Amino acid sequence: MPSSDKFIRTLSKTSLRESRGDNLPKPKINWGRLEEADKFAESVKLFRRGLISSDDFRRFRLQHGAYGSRMTDNYSMVRIKIPAGEIYPEQLERIAQLSESFSIGSAHVSTRQNFQLHWVILEDVSEIMRGLAEVGLTSREACGNTVRTVMCSPLAGVCPDEIFDPTPYALGVSKFLIRNPLNQSLPRKFKINFTCCEKHGMARIADIGLIPQKIERDGKTLYGFKVFLGGGLGAQSFVGHQFEDFTQEDDLLYTVISVIRIFDRLGNRENMARNRMRYLVNEMGWEKFQNLVLKERAIVKATQSVIVKLEIDKTPESLQKIIISSETPSLPDGFARWKKGNTVKQKQDGYSTVFLTLESGDITANQLRAISQLAREFSAEGKVRNGFTQDIVFRWIKDDDLPKLYSRLLEIGLANPGGLTMASVVGCSGTTSCNLALTNSHRLAKEVQRKFLELKLDTDDDLSDASIKISGCPNSCGQHEIATIGFFGGGGRMDKNMYPLYNMSLGGRADEDAMLGLSCLRVPAKRVIPVILKIIETFKSEKKQGETLNSWIHRVIDGYGGPKIKSLNDIKEILKPVITVPSIDQDKDFYADYGSDGGYHAKTGKGECAA
Amino acid sequence: MSAEKRTRITIDADSLRSQVRDKSVRVLDIRKEDDYKQSHIPGSVNLPLANLLADDSPQKVLQLAQSYGIDDQTPVVVYDDTFGALASRVAWTLQYVGHDDVSLLDVTFGRWKKMGLETSSDQVSYDKKTHSLKLRPEILATVDYLETAKEKKDTVLVDNRERLNYLDNHIPGAINIPYRMLASEENILRPKEDLKKLIQNRNITPNSEIITYCGSVGTLSGLGYYALKSIGMPNVKLYVRSFKEWKSLEKPTDSQKDANYWDLSAE
Repeated sequence: MPSSDKFIRTLSKTSLRESRGDNLPKPKINWGRLEEADKFAESVKLFRRGLISSDDFRRFRLQHGAYGSRMTDNYSMVRIKIPAGEIYPEQLERIAQLSESFSIGSAHVSTRQNFQLHWVILEDVSEIMRGLAEVGLTSREACGNTVRTVMCSPLAGVCPDEIFDPTPYALGVSKFLIRNPLNQSLPRKFKINFTCCEKHGMARIADIGLIPQKIERDGKTLYGFKVFLGGGLGAQSFVGHQFEDFTQEDDLLYTVISVIRIFDRLGNRENMARNRMRYLVNEMGWEKFQNLVLKERAIVKATQSVIVKLEIDKTPESLQKIIISSETPSLPDGFARWKKGNTVKQKQDGYSTVFLTLESGDITANQLRAISQLAREFSAEGKVRNGFTQDIVFRWIKDDDLPKLYSRLLEIGLANPGGLTMASVVGCSGTTSCNLALTNSHRLAKEVQRKFLELKLDTDDDLSDASIKISGCPNSCGQHEIATIGFFGGGGRMDKNMYPLYNMSLGGRADEDAMLGLSCLRVPAKRVIPVILKIIETFKSEKKQGETLNSWIHRVIDGYGGPKIKSLNDIKEILKPVITVPSIDQDKDFYADYGSDGGYHAKTGKGECAA
Repeated sequence: MSAEKRTRITIDADSLRSQVRDKSVRVLDIRKEDDYKQSHIPGSVNLPLANLLADDSPQKVLQLAQSYGIDDQTPVVVYDDTFGALASRVAWTLQYVGHDDVSLLDVTFGRWKKMGLETSSDQVSYDKKTHSLKLRPEILATVDYLETAKEKKDTVLVDNRERLNYLDNHIPGAINIPYRMLASEENILRPKEDLKKLIQNRNITPNSEIITYCGSVGTLSGLGYYALKSIGMPNVKLYVRSFKEWKSLEKPTDSQKDANYWDLSAE
């Protein structure tokens, strides 16, 4: 090779490496295990040859994060865990590559800090696991009767209202529990959520929810958590109970272990519909459960060897210096609207957190690659987080860089406004891939979002604290019970013809006044958008000065409505004309679900949640 | 040892560069004419895929090859900027009419440029040569052949289109190996060991007869063909008229029913 050529090649390689930035943070924790990929590949072969029973194989498959797909076990949904929601650029790039190679070229961001790859051929699952392990990721215990992703608020560490950053604790608990024998065969799945403050997060709808707290005792400041137990959403939902006034940081791990041990011992292993811990708490009564946990904790403390300790890595994040060209671009169109609905000021002066609006959490491989690049260029922490609403979050963005970031997002189709508003609708995967779904909630959420953006409802301050969440069945993956307006899918019938419909609930919320939405009305799928718009229109004519949709609905629920709408019943009455069912000859489209031309039949396969 | 066994399926950039310097190879650029005119690998000649597809009868293909100065002995290397799929279709066609010594450049032109390797905008032409015709029907699957073969136990029918297209509609009995599965980040084909693992996971053995197809003209499935050849599968055929012909003949198709998978795509 002539030396000049060599020189050119070396040069170009160096510049490539520089642009990728070798000084960027690397994943701190390696969640993956390469040998699990080989074991999975081997097990698939044995299963195909009939040497492992399908029940045993299903349990094994779920333990490793692969669900069956709608109407077929030959395809899997692989759920990639993102503990505390923290994900690094090289990991996003790997997910992009894996989605192109083995899935549909798009990935799906869930409501519980997972990335999901859908319609993966069972024979390829092992190769996804291999690809994940190579960059420190795993799908281990993302499904099945185990402790699922330990969540943490995407604002942890930057939230103006937080007492301290819970992220190291979320990572520590996650690290302690993953692959831990304690958690391999629980009566049912188990969810742990950390939040930054009362406002952001979902502490009261998890099996264990935690909010940072500090108290003064004997002149000393003690750090710890407010711990909530026994909450959760599902066919029957419950808000969690506060375990004790203050749980000191040293007691955190003991408390977690005790709760899991009690659930493991006493949880219902017979009745699949009632085996989440919230049913145990409900059936036993809160006080009895609380006492059991307190006793168990005393035993755990007395008998655990000293080496059982939470690994808390509080090394401060090294922030990189961000150098963006100083020429200020002229403010791009739509910037103000986007900034208002998609950014939050951090407690650190001069920095903002940016929420990306995705449609039902879907994102293409190329967009994932672009996000990695933007994280490297714009975020001082050089990584991103998953939120709780099927979104992706950039933190540590300099306020001055927001216009530039916005124009870059425009280029890749990720600059939709309204990320933190009612326009950002949650929709579970529904009939696009899930065995249990009755309706295409996934597509409906996209349709509602598009309509909201078209009508610029994301800019309406009256709607700013309201939300819409949609599930395709009563099982709440779309978290409809905590939405201001929530929907779950079902089927209706007119004469001999079935049509898709949704059960609507109003007034749900997950903050410190957490409550589950009240069931209100059955709304045909093709009338969901008109019904939402009618509710907003009614609210506008009824509202008191300064009142938001959310507070108006609560006023009505609490019986202080008026002048015209006095109760939930009055809302029902006013919506009735919108939901009349036409005959199939009058309106054929009414009888087809979103994404289908043909007639609708409520069809489901066997759920695997309780396997 | 037959000529085919001596020929490598792919050739790396450095080997090609030394062969270009020795002038011991004919390089075919399968991109559009405008792209070729702007820049290409020095010494390469332009054969836009559309020109080949306009008439890919064996006589016409031979004429084209001869006009590029290719005789029976000339080593040929083919490249494109479309993850190797168009190049594969041309390479397969040359092999089908009897030119054994064809390899695919293992990177795309885009990658070649990114690596900082030399390019040129000079258009070159070569003296016409004579090439004999030796059809190799054993690498071609016609629709008639496919219909009989796919009922046999040891025949594996492979659909190389993307997953959503496959779920939506495919030839009954076909399995799906999307073309995106075949490439690595850098190269048009993964390392052999990786590809072997993917194929072994699907329980496909060297005893199988494998027929690849894709959406319309045998490009993605051409890449599928060479991926399988690269790991030493002895009996691979390309259904070159692919699903487009199958559908136009109104043959039966299969689909994954009762699921709205299209709505999961963020495209």
